[in-house]
This record gives sequence, C-alpha cells and structure tokens, in this order.
Amino acid sequence: MHIRLKIWRQENSQDTGKMQDYALADVNPDMSFLEMLDMLNEQLLGQGQRAIEFDHDCREGICGQCGVMINGRAHGPLKNTTTCQLHMRSFRDGDTIYIEPFRATAFPVKCDLKIDRTAFDRVIQAGGYISVNTGQAPEANSIPVGHPIAEAAFDAAACIGCGACVAVCKNSSAALFTSAKITHLVLLPQGAVEAQERVRHMVDQMDAEGFGHCSNTEACEAECPQQISVLHIARMNWEYNKAQLLKK
Amino acid sequence: MLDAKIPEGPLEDKWRHYKEHAKLVNPANRKKLEVIVVGTGLAGSSIAASLGEMGYRVKTFCFQDTPRRAHSVAAQGGVNACKNYKNDGDNVFRMFYDTIKGGDFRAREANVYRLAECSASLIDQAVAQGVPFGREYGGYLNNRSFGGVQVSRTFYARGQTGQQLLLGAYQALMRQVHLGSVQLFARHEMLDLITIDGKAKGVIVRNLDTGEIERHGAHAVILATGGFGKIYYLSTLAMGCNGSAIWRAHKKGALMANPSWTQIHPTSLPQSGEYQSKLTLMSESLRNDGRIWVPKKEQEDRLPNQVPEEDRDYYLERRYPAFGNLSPRDIASRAAKERIDAGYGVGPLKNAVYLDFSRAINDQGVDKIREKYGNLFRMYEKITGVDAYKEPMKISPAAHFSMGGLWVDYELMTTIPGLFALGEANFADHGANRLGANSLLQACVDGYFIAPYTLANYLADEIRTPATDIHHPAFDAAAKQVEDQLHLLKSIGGRLSADYFHKTLGKILYDKCGLSRAAEGLEQAIREIKALRQQFYADLFIPGGLAINSELEKAGRVADYLELGELMCHDALTREESCGAHFRVEYQTPEGEAMRNDKDFAFISAWGWAGENLSPVWNKEPLTFEFVTPTVRSYK
Repeated sequence: MHIRLKIWRQENSQDTGKMQDYALADVNPDMSFLEMLDMLNEQLLGQGQRAIEFDHDCREGICGQCGVMINGRAHGPLKNTTTCQLHMRSFRDGDTIYIEPFRATAFPVKCDLKIDRTAFDRVIQAGGYISVNTGQAPEANSIPVGHPIAEAAFDAAACIGCGACVAVCKNSSAALFTSAKITHLVLLPQGAVEAQERVRHMVDQMDAEGFGHCSNTEACEAECPQQISVLHIARMNWEYNKAQLLKK
Repeated sequence: MLDAKIPEGPLEDKWRHYKEHAKLVNPANRKKLEVIVVGTGLAGSSIAASLGEMGYRVKTFCFQDTPRRAHSVAAQGGVNACKNYKNDGDNVFRMFYDTIKGGDFRAREANVYRLAECSASLIDQAVAQGVPFGREYGGYLNNRSFGGVQVSRTFYARGQTGQQLLLGAYQALMRQVHLGSVQLFARHEMLDLITIDGKAKGVIVRNLDTGEIERHGAHAVILATGGFGKIYYLSTLAMGCNGSAIWRAHKKGALMANPSWTQIHPTSLPQSGEYQSKLTLMSESLRNDGRIWVPKKEQEDRLPNQVPEEDRDYYLERRYPAFGNLSPRDIASRAAKERIDAGYGVGPLKNAVYLDFSRAINDQGVDKIREKYGNLFRMYEKITGVDAYKEPMKISPAAHFSMGGLWVDYELMTTIPGLFALGEANFADHGANRLGANSLLQACVDGYFIAPYTLANYLADEIRTPATDIHHPAFDAAAKQVEDQLHLLKSIGGRLSADYFHKTLGKILYDKCGLSRAAEGLEQAIREIKALRQQFYADLFIPGGLAINSELEKAGRVADYLELGELMCHDALTREESCGAHFRVEYQTPEGEAMRNDKDFAFISAWGWAGENLSPVWNKEPLTFEFVTPTVRSYK
C-alpha cells in the first residue's frame, strides 16, 4: 500500500504546532497502525529528522496509553478498538490519513501526539477507591456478590483510562471515565460504604480539572474501546444528586 | 558464599517464625524513614501503597504516564490461590509442590512454600479492594484451571485479571498519593542506583518529559521493575518493558540470578512479518477448553475445518495424557516447536499450531464460551481478522516471562543491603519454569504481604540514620556518569536506529538462547553480541534533543540489553543440564524430554559484574531439598 499522512507536529507544550505531510510506500496491510508509525519513524531517522512522538506501550489494547485522532475519530475507524489494535487493512491503497493528538483543555499536548492525561489520576485520587488497608480484608467469600452484579461491576471496571471519551466529546467531558469508576465501586457491597463521599469528591475534581459537562450526545460510548456504557453517567448523576441531598 | 537467610524449622513454620521474630519500626519512627519504589506494576504499587498506609514516606517512580499502565495490566488469565473453594483437594502443600515441581526443582523450598501460604490472603485483599472476580450464581467466587496442576485454584476477572488486580493496587496507591504519604513521579526512568558505604541510598532518575536528571535519596530502595523478556524484541511484553533498573543495580554490585531462564509462552499469536513489533499473548486459560493440534500430514493444504478428526495430531494429549492440553508452559512450547520444526506447522509462515474450540462449543454452547473468553476471541479477531468461534486459532510460542532476575534472599533483599527486588524483577519463586497464574500472585504477595515485614526488619536498624544527603559525592559521581552516557549515545552520530540493534539482538537470542540452546550456538551468540555492541557504539543514531525523545529512551535500554544478553548466554552455556525452560539439546532423553542433573547443577547461578568486557563472576547458591524429593518431572 501507498499512503499519505498528515500528522500533527509540535515541539513542546509551548509551541503552536502544525500539520505536516508525509508519504509511505510499501505499507503492509497486516501491519498495525503503530507499526506503520514505527516504519515512518525509521524513514525519518534515515533522513536525520526527529521521530514523531506518540504514546503507546502494551500494544494489545489494555494499558490505555495509546490513542490518537485518526481522520477525526478517536482510535480510528473501527468500533471498540484502540489505536494499537487497528491494522492497516482498515485503510485503502492511496488513502490520506490525518493523525492528531487527543485534544482537551485538561489534556495538554506535550509533544507531537503525546498528551498529558494526569488529570485522570487526580480524579481517581479524589476518591476512586475503597478505603481498605493491606491486612484489613475479611475472608473473600464472606462478601457474596451476585453473578449479575459482579458482571456489571466488571463491565464498568474494564475502562482502560485512554481518554478517547474526552477526546470525542464536544464538551471534553470526562463523565464516562468518572462514572465508570463510580459505578464499578458503588455496585459492590464493599464499595457502597463510601458511595456518597466518593461521588462528590470525584465529580468536584473532574470539574476542577477543566473537563466540560455531559450533554448526553453519547459520542463517548460510541468511541470507547471497552464499550463502557453511558448508563453509568446516569447512575453517576443519580448518585451525585442523592449524595448532595443527603449531605449533612 | 551466598546466604539466603532461610529461617530454621519445619517448612510450614518458617514464615510464621520469621514474622514473630522480625524487628519492627514503631509508627512514630516510620515517618522519618524514606523508601523509594521503582516501578508501579502489581509489586510496586502494592508495596508503595502498603508502606504508605503504615506511615513510611514513600516516593514511587514509573516510566509510563500513569502507574495504571504498568505491564501487569496485560496479564489475562488469572491468579492462583489455594482457597480450596472447589473442594477438590487443594491445600498449601499441594500448591507448594505443584509450583516447585513446575519450576523443575530449581527454586528454594522456603520461598515457594511462603508464596502458597500467602496466596489466600491476596484474594481476600483484592476482593476487599473491589476487584470484580468471576463468581458463581450464588455469589461466591469461581475458579478455573491452569496448566501444570490438577485442581481448580485460579481466580479470574474474565480475561483481564491483571488489569483488575492492578487497578485495585493502583487505586490503593492513588489513595496514598491523595493522603500525602506517597509521592508519585510518573514519566521518570531510573538510570542509576546510589550506594553509600555499601548500602542502597537512592537513585538517579531522568524526567522523560523535561530531560532533567534528578537525585532522590532514601533509607531503602525497592526495585519492582518487572521482567526483561523484551530483550528478545518480539515478545508478549509492552514496548517500554526493560531491564535497565535491575541491570544498573547489577553494575553497582547486586547479583543477577539465572538470567537465561526465560519463559516462552506457548499460546501467543504467530509472527506474520518483519515489521512486527509485538507478539500478542492469548491467555493460557484458553487451554481449559481449547485443544491443540497440527495436521498429521506435512504441508497440509486443507483448511483446518476440512481436516477430519483422524488426520489431526493432538500432540499434547498424545504425549502427555495425564495433563494433555494443560501441560506446563515449557513443555507445551517445546512440543509446539518440535512439531513446527518437523514441518507440521500451519499458517502462511508455517510457524503456528491450531488451538481448537469446536468440541467445547459443541459441549457447552457458544454463549458459555463467549462468557469465559469473549474478550480474547474479540482480540484475536481484531488482530487476525479471523472469527475463532468458527475456525481454530493459530498460535505460536513467544518470549514472555523472566524467571531469572536480581538475586534476593528470603527477605527479598539483594546482595546490596537496603536494596530489595520484588515481583518479576527478582528470581525467587518460579525456578526454571513459572506456572500460569503465579506471576500476578508473586508480584502481589511480595508487595502486600512479604516486603512490608522484611523491609521493617531492615529499616529497624536505620531509624537513627538521617535523611540521605543528595549532594554526597556518590550522587555527584553517578549523576555525572548518567549524563556522560546520555551525551555519548547522542554523539555517536551513526546511521542505525536503536530498534535495529534491538531487533538484531533479539534474533540472536531467540535463535541461540531461546526455546533450545546448544553450547556451540551460545558461544557463537556471545561473539555476535560483543560485535553488535561494538557496532552499536559506532553506528547508532539518535535524532532529537534531551527532552521528550523516545529514541533516546530506547537507546539507553538497548545499551543495557546488549550487556544483559551476553550474560544470559553465559548463564545458559555454563548450565550443562536441561531444566524447565532451559533446554540444552545436549541433555535430553531419546523421547526429547529434558534431562536434569541434580548431582552437578542443583544450584542457583548468581552472577557478579566484573567490569566492561570482563567475564562475569560466578557464584552458586546450593539448592537443598529437605521436604520434597526432586523427581523427574512427568506430566505423562
């Protein structure tokens, strides 16, 4: 395959950045999208130019570190697929592909396609956990959790923290990310104890980080590689309102 | 002589006895003591969170952009614990025995017993954190089976057990960060260990975003930096996984134990081309229901579904009827290589075998299989474009786990006082072959339940030691050396990328120090690696500056791999026996099974760094078996 690329280049967080054109010949359709970028970087290196910086690590869709906008879509054209699991067979010979970083006020660009997603860590720090110290745990089977509840909690817990939900949202809302953690923990009896404190602190932190509000366009669910459901957002709102009402 | 400091007494009393007599640090003194934890996977996050909860002052470092990315996240199938919830005869001793036998009797009895003993508490801890393990309809925890055992002791969260356990540990860590007991330094890479008066006292790290070299002092340093299987380039590991932290500690005096013992995982996706950067793992749990076969006919050109039952060779069921498709990883990988090398491989490059679910789907229904493995089947389809509910998967062996690592004693302390190594970074529990679902276990047990005790035992003698002065000459010297090396790498100005050297090294190691090894090949590999290292320092090119620069990060890691790879070959060459994953072609039975030599090689090789281009120093820790008798490992 022969492809043309238009890629966002930005020296550092202060630089304004711009799109730059590249071309690649002999792209193998079985290559992953990131292997195509590896190939481009080898080519740039041969010309003495700086490599294109992009986030990635596990390359099997679970670490959540990769993620770019590909032709305007977070993680590219396939449903429920991270950038690293996208393969060049999803494109056609002669295609022009636009590659940009995930953009949001709360996710500043660090260099080229690399962004700063530490805001997500701070949302979790605000309460995305069960307060249990090592050694305090009771016998595991003393906390029965019904099969459907355990499965539902898992569905929410499967979030990989990639930030695609924020990148596709016109408001740059982190509601899907935050609500997934709230749902995971509130569904479980172990996590219900701190439910009210947790939801208030996490939502407040989410707002403080500069993420926008949710206006129910559901774009986040459509682009989420882990199929996290927007119903969690409804639950988060319900839990939040309940917590505000019950606040002493 | 290496002293592993194994407590006296019967096997089942050793750990209890240790805990009863270990020194303690009182809560008021803990806040005066600083501990550095490098790595934020399961071992790193669990120890950092646990120490924070206890009141120590902790600094934690990872090269990823957040701790939750660490590669523990990718472990799929499960975590073992001898809860005996299935009432199928499990207990601590049996789990200990399975593990030590699985490791081909090349691990310490006391360590392995402790691993099994602490396994049950881990499940309790994880459930309390909210890890959504798979459950029965009555609400109680469910189990599945894994290779090398005949009970069901593996707890799982679909095919994402590592992710869920890591998120549990990560959330515990984030809680401590919020409370101020742990300081988090993401995007920081450790580049040197500081020793003062022979004790570990700090680290030099590089901020990968700004390029700044930073100094951090502490009363103890914990390395939980994972394995170095990425040295083979093509592996199941993440792109950033590396051996640099442990290698640099090694060069400061920590011994490396059994570095050549690498687990080659039997069920990964086969390589499909030269451009490939990664071999994706398909969980071993698939072997619960999947059957492995190759055609009986060489160069079979029929599609798998068209090959009738009588023309299929279910070679694991044939060779190992007692364990069949759940034979341990080393045996399953070697058996696959044997069939592939004999010309029965399948797929376009004839480098794979089939993993077939048709019988399980027939027996249990497609919905049940989807519930158990849905995400794995989805992942398989994304990568290969093939629907594995309709035709068999194609799988192949790939480099996966480092059984070797920094030598540690029973307290998980290396040969440098105050330097501890946890999880895959150490060598301690898996012998020459790790059983499936024991890696998550070991990482967690080291971090939650062992190091909190053994570290206190060390720190109890440090309560009068003031905070480490980061302007000590040892820091000056190390910082200068780190900067010099970065500048050296940058200034070579050749024409080849770090990846080129990494791929070349990986190929040498995979061919000559991989699934099977021979003296001649290993000697040749050592020569080739030496030459490659020379070429690296003559022909490397790194574009870009000192701030964000992935090429510079890679080059530093490859520089270390080029030294570590040579040591691996040296280790494999000197071990003139076959054991576990270490298969020397000279030492095998006529049926092709490994021939262990307990008379001459029942020891751990612990290598010391002698200096650039000098032969490593060989230390041996004898392995004594007081409680079990090493047998010929048979899964037939």
